[in-house]
Amino acid sequence: MIEVKDLTKIYTLGGDEVRALDGVSLKINDGEMVSIMGPSGSGKSTLMAILGCLDIPTSGQYFIDGQEVEKMNEDELAFIRAHKIGFVFQQFNLLPRTDALENVMLPLVYDGTNPKERMERAKAALELVGLGERLHHHPNQLSGGQQQRVAIARALVNEPSILLADEPTGNLDSKTGAEIIAIFQKLHRERHQTVVYVTHDPFTARHTERIIHLADGQVKSEEIVAEPLIANPFRQKDEADAKKMEVSK
Amino acid sequence: MKLFTFFKNLNIVGNVKIALRALRANMLRSSLTVLGIVIGVAAVVALLSIGKGATSSITDSVSSMGSNLVSISAQMRFGPGGVSSDASLYYSDYQNIVSTVSGIREAVPSYSARKTISSTTRSSNASVTGVTANYLDVRSYTIAEGRFIAASDYTSDNQVVVLGSQIASDIFDGLAPLGRKLTIGGKDFTVIGVFAASGSSTGMSSGDEVVLIPLSTAYDKVFGTSAMSNGKRTVSSIYISASSADVVDSVISDSELVLRSDHGLTLDETLPFSVSSQAQALETLSTVSSTLTAFLGAIAAISLLVGGIGIMNIELVSVTERTREIGLRKAVGATQRIILTQFMIETMTLAVMGGVLGILLGSAIAEAFTLLGLITAKITIDTLVLAFFSAAIIGIFFGIYPAYLASKLRPIVALRYE
Repeated sequence: MIEVKDLTKIYTLGGDEVRALDGVSLKINDGEMVSIMGPSGSGKSTLMAILGCLDIPTSGQYFIDGQEVEKMNEDELAFIRAHKIGFVFQQFNLLPRTDALENVMLPLVYDGTNPKERMERAKAALELVGLGERLHHHPNQLSGGQQQRVAIARALVNEPSILLADEPTGNLDSKTGAEIIAIFQKLHRERHQTVVYVTHDPFTARHTERIIHLADGQVKSEEIVAEPLIANPFRQKDEADAKKMEVSK
Repeated sequence: MKLFTFFKNLNIVGNVKIALRALRANMLRSSLTVLGIVIGVAAVVALLSIGKGATSSITDSVSSMGSNLVSISAQMRFGPGGVSSDASLYYSDYQNIVSTVSGIREAVPSYSARKTISSTTRSSNASVTGVTANYLDVRSYTIAEGRFIAASDYTSDNQVVVLGSQIASDIFDGLAPLGRKLTIGGKDFTVIGVFAASGSSTGMSSGDEVVLIPLSTAYDKVFGTSAMSNGKRTVSSIYISASSADVVDSVISDSELVLRSDHGLTLDETLPFSVSSQAQALETLSTVSSTLTAFLGAIAAISLLVGGIGIMNIELVSVTERTREIGLRKAVGATQRIILTQFMIETMTLAVMGGVLGILLGSAIAEAFTLLGLITAKITIDTLVLAFFSAAIIGIFFGIYPAYLASKLRPIVALRYE
């Protein structure tokens, strides 16, 4: 479970104070699937970076599984990142010149897993995202969707308490985006994985159980989705094709 | 056990792999960086080896000139009128030293000046030295042909001469010199002996260019009044062979006392003579030569330093280029120490490769000098160890700053770096 209380993040840009987060409080329960929405500049990426322990808040409290994160030193934060958090980026951030398997093994290098187990768990994670056949492909030999799936496998391999994704479909077309959301839903459904992702697309957001709306660094509203949509890459493809046909008419 | 865990956490093998991959990715750049270190280390190894070789060849040639030798000579002064001395060393000084100072095995007075020497075909200006019959007991020359000056030559003012190998062959155009006549300062002399080639030299004159005649003959027939001062016979040098190495110091101090009393000098006044042992000369020479070696080493160290700065430059570029990679590694759980270790190992790998190649190249250069006969270089283990560890330390020193910068980056800042 993660909980933040009265979180603020203030940047100083050329002498001006920018309040990226201005008193955000929220709670995400274990096994929940939540999306965070908001226009650009609303502070959603800043919030995600703090939730992922990639950045530290200016003030406020952050608890992850009861541990108070904002009081931790650099080494303790690294430990949390290695053991509790899986993070998926919009730009995938895979290591070039390194194959899929080694990319996925990376977090296990830093959490002390022995080399043999690293290999097995990384393989299993890649199979889970449907890339069991492409273990030794390098990022430049993979499509955008496949690269993002490698990134998801990397985020999953350390069995994190929470999977965070910052605009995971932002760089993908709608069909590939649906594939990614389908993987999140499968993880949520089959493994009760806690998933939080940021999106600016209301349709993508409606695939989660709860939508948190951010604006101007504050939580504006929370919306329970009564019946979350089920991601279906094939239907998405049909719709896209239908749109194309309409345009060509 | 704790140490073991520490090294396990550092994950040396994994980090070396990561380092090699990163270095391979930029092959040309890595090679150029390594080249900087190679040149630096090679320069250190080659210059130190050559310097040490030169030092030992100098000291060897000095110690070949005779052991336990004490030489006394008037202090030379180099002035506008040429070389002059403050005071004359008298033949009576020699006599007083021999009769007063204990621990003397042999003592030889000598008088030396330049004279024209001529054979029937050639003539040249040479340093002619009058010596006594026991000269060979204090100076290590070997007679190759004939004999040396005998006591009888000395007592009867015989006009005989012993020549160094080089001057003997020069003056007689390579003809067998023994028994031939030559003139020294217009007087006729017969060659009675020739020295074997020694190759050694004593500063101003080569050992193969000596012209030795009986001292009595020198005074009476060749130099005449030019060898006199205040109505007394003078000597250029007195060579003393001490009876053992232990008494060399007392022979020196006692001889100095005799000279002071002969010349009426108090202990406060500067002695206008140089009284020194071969050991002292050796010490001075090896100090000079070691200083020279250290100086060469320092010059080489500068090139090593430049190589180190090259490493730092490359690592700074590498850190900047790989900011996102560092961000990602930290985002998935790498600690500052792991990132620090990773980059340190990268620079260490460069430095160690450069160190090993540099040692090979430097040794090859030193060997080449030896093979070409320029100088016999001495490659010693301590030179190699010094060069290798300099490279390693430079790797650490210049690696720390970029590695520190990399480890301090906050993940989100690094990940957003464009």
